[in-house]
Amino acid sequence: MNQPAIQPDINGLFGQFGGRFVAETLMPLILELQAEYDTAKDDPEFQRQLAYFQSDYVGRPNPLYFAERLTEHFGGAKIYLKREELNHTGAHKINNCIGQVLLAKRMGKKRIIAETGAGMHGVATATVAARFGLPCVIYMGSTDIERQQPNVFRMKLLGAEVIPVTSGTGTLKDAMNEALRDWVTNVDDTFYIIGTVAGPHPYPAMVRDFQAVIGHETRAQMQEKEGRLPDSLVACIGGGSNAMGLFHPFLNDASVEMIGVEAGGKGVESGQHAASLNGGAPGVLHGNRTYLLQDEDGQIIDAHSISAGLDYPGIGPEHAWLHEQGRVEYVSATDDEALEAFQTCCRLEGIIPALESAHALAEVAKRAPKLPSDHLMVVNLSGRGDKDMMSVAHYLGEKFK
Amino acid sequence: MNPNARLAARFAALKTENRPALVSYVTAGDPDMATSQRILDGLPAAGVDVIELGMPFSDPMADGPAIQKAALRALKEGQTQAKTLEMVRAFREKDTTTPIVLMGYYNPIYRYGVDRFLTDAARAGVDGLIVVDIPPEHDDELCQPAAQHGIDFIRLATPTTDTKRLPKVLGNASGFVYYVSVAGVTGGSAPTPEKLERSVSNLREHTKLPIAVGFGIRTPEQAAIIGRFSDAVVVGSALVDCIEHAATPDEAVKGVHDLARDLAESIRECREVSEPQVS
Repeated sequence: MNQPAIQPDINGLFGQFGGRFVAETLMPLILELQAEYDTAKDDPEFQRQLAYFQSDYVGRPNPLYFAERLTEHFGGAKIYLKREELNHTGAHKINNCIGQVLLAKRMGKKRIIAETGAGMHGVATATVAARFGLPCVIYMGSTDIERQQPNVFRMKLLGAEVIPVTSGTGTLKDAMNEALRDWVTNVDDTFYIIGTVAGPHPYPAMVRDFQAVIGHETRAQMQEKEGRLPDSLVACIGGGSNAMGLFHPFLNDASVEMIGVEAGGKGVESGQHAASLNGGAPGVLHGNRTYLLQDEDGQIIDAHSISAGLDYPGIGPEHAWLHEQGRVEYVSATDDEALEAFQTCCRLEGIIPALESAHALAEVAKRAPKLPSDHLMVVNLSGRGDKDMMSVAHYLGEKFK
Repeated sequence: MNPNARLAARFAALKTENRPALVSYVTAGDPDMATSQRILDGLPAAGVDVIELGMPFSDPMADGPAIQKAALRALKEGQTQAKTLEMVRAFREKDTTTPIVLMGYYNPIYRYGVDRFLTDAARAGVDGLIVVDIPPEHDDELCQPAAQHGIDFIRLATPTTDTKRLPKVLGNASGFVYYVSVAGVTGGSAPTPEKLERSVSNLREHTKLPIAVGFGIRTPEQAAIIGRFSDAVVVGSALVDCIEHAATPDEAVKGVHDLARDLAESIRECREVSEPQVS
C-alpha cells in the first residue's frame, strides 16, 4: 500500500475532498485562522500549554484497558478499550476544545460559538469557555434539545447560552448552519469551535491534530503492554473526529487495519440512517466537499440515528479520502445492533458507553469472534453513556417492566 | 467573451441613461412554480433591470430567515434545478434582453454535474451565476468552466475583503461585482450610506466592472440613496417577504411587482435629484 502523501494540500484538499467552500465574508477569517494555527503548532509555548491542560484539566493520558470479559465473551481477538469516556466532560470532544480555545485566546477573540448535536461538544465547549472566561453561545437543534435535556442543563450551568435552532429539521446540520450565520455576522470578535473533523480548511486538519493525542497514547500504551502495534482499530463515525484521532497516527503502519463504523439507523437500505459513505454521494456542504446524504437534486437529506452524536448527513473529508483510497474500511451498525452492544458492555465490563461508542462495539461483536486470540484490537470508547439514559430507557422500556 | 453579453449591454445602456440598475431577487419556485413564473415574467415590466433568480437549497447558510423560508417553500412544492432552468427558458421566449443571474449554493449544481449544468443553463438563457460558497481559491470548480460556456461569474466582495485580497477576488470576476454591504446574512440591517460610499469607491479603484450593492436594502428610499454612488441596487428579502405575506398567489404576484415598481421609480430619479445639490 502506498504511503499517504502529506494531507491536506495548501487548499485544504485531501484528494478531491475538503477545501474551503465558504462565503467570501469568512474567507479572510479562515485564512487568518490557518496562519495562526500554523504558527501555534510549532510554538513550544502553545504546545506546553496544550499538554498542561490535557493532563491536569482533561485528565490525560486515559487508560488503554484490556477488556478481559468482552474478550472472553466474544472468544476471539484480544480487545482493548481506549478510555476516552474517562476524560473530563465524559468524551473525546474536550481534546479538541482545549486546543481551539487556546487558539482563540491567542488570537484575542472575545466570544465563543459552537454547534452541537448530542450536546457533548456543546458541553465541552461550554466547559472550556467557562475555564477561560469567555462568553459562549451554543447552537442546538430543537429536536436534539428535546432528546438531550441533561446536556442542555449542563451547558446552562456552565454559563453558556443555548440557542434552539428551529430552521430546517432542527438537528445538527441546522445548528451548524446557524452557527455559520452567527460567525459571518460577528466575524471580528468571535471564534467558532467546530466539533468535528469537518468544515472549511483548516478545521478538518486542525481538529484531527488535536484529537491525534488518542492515537499517540494508544500507540505508546500498546507498546508498553504488548510490545507491538495493534492489529486493528475500531471507532464510530459521525463527523469522525474520535476515529480520525485514533487512526491518524497509524495511517502509515500498513499492518494496522482500521475500521470506521457509521450509524446505520434502521438499516442503510431503509433510507433512515446516517451512513454518508455507505449510503451517500460526494457533495459540498458546510465548507467542505465530502460524502453527503442527499437526494438526486443535491438537497441534503436528514440523517437518522438512535445516537444524536452520529446524526449528521456528512462526514469529515479526510475519511471520504481514506474511503476512496481504501486505507480504512467503513462499515455501519444499526440502532438495534448498537443497543445490543451497549447492554453487553454495561453488563460484562461495568462500563456504560455512549450510544455513539456502542456502534463501534457492535462492529467488535461481528468481527472479534472470527479473529485469533493474538489479534490485538483497539476500540475507541469515545464517550460515556450517562447522557443517553433517557433514550435507552425509552427504547428498552418494555424490557425493564 | 460572452456571446450573449446581455449583462454588459444592459449596464452600458444604463450608463448612457445615467441611472443605476434595479436588481431583484426572488427564489425560483416560491411559492410554487406557476406563481413564480408569473412573478418572473412580470419583473421587466415592473422596472427591474437585472433579475437574480435563486436556486433553492436545503441548507442556505448565507441567508437570513426570509430567504431560508422561501427556499423551503419552493422545495416543498417540488422545485428542482431542472425546473429552475425551465423557468428561465420560458422567460426567454418572451424577453431576450433582460439579464438573468442564477444565485445559490454549489451543491445542487455539483450534483447536477458542472458541465451539464452550464450547458443547460447557457441553452436556457442564463447570463450569470452567483454561487455563494465558492471563493476564488476554488475558481477551477465553476468560475472558469462558466466562462467557457459564456456565463458570467459574479463575485461577491464583502466588508472583510481587505485591499490585499481584492485582486484575488476580482481576478476572474465578470458581469458585475456584488458588494455585500454588511458582514452577515441576507435580510440583515444596512450600514450607513457614508460608509458604503467609501467602500464602493475603494472597490472602483480595483475594477472597471459595474458595482452592485446588496444585503439589507428594503425600501425605495434606501435604494435611491445607494443608487447615487453604485451601479446597481439589489433588493431580495423585502420582495421575498411580499410572497410570504401574501394570502393568495395573485397577491404574491402583485405584491412583488408593486414593490419592484416603487423601487424602480425611486432609483430612476435618484441621480437627477442629487445633481442640483452637487452643482
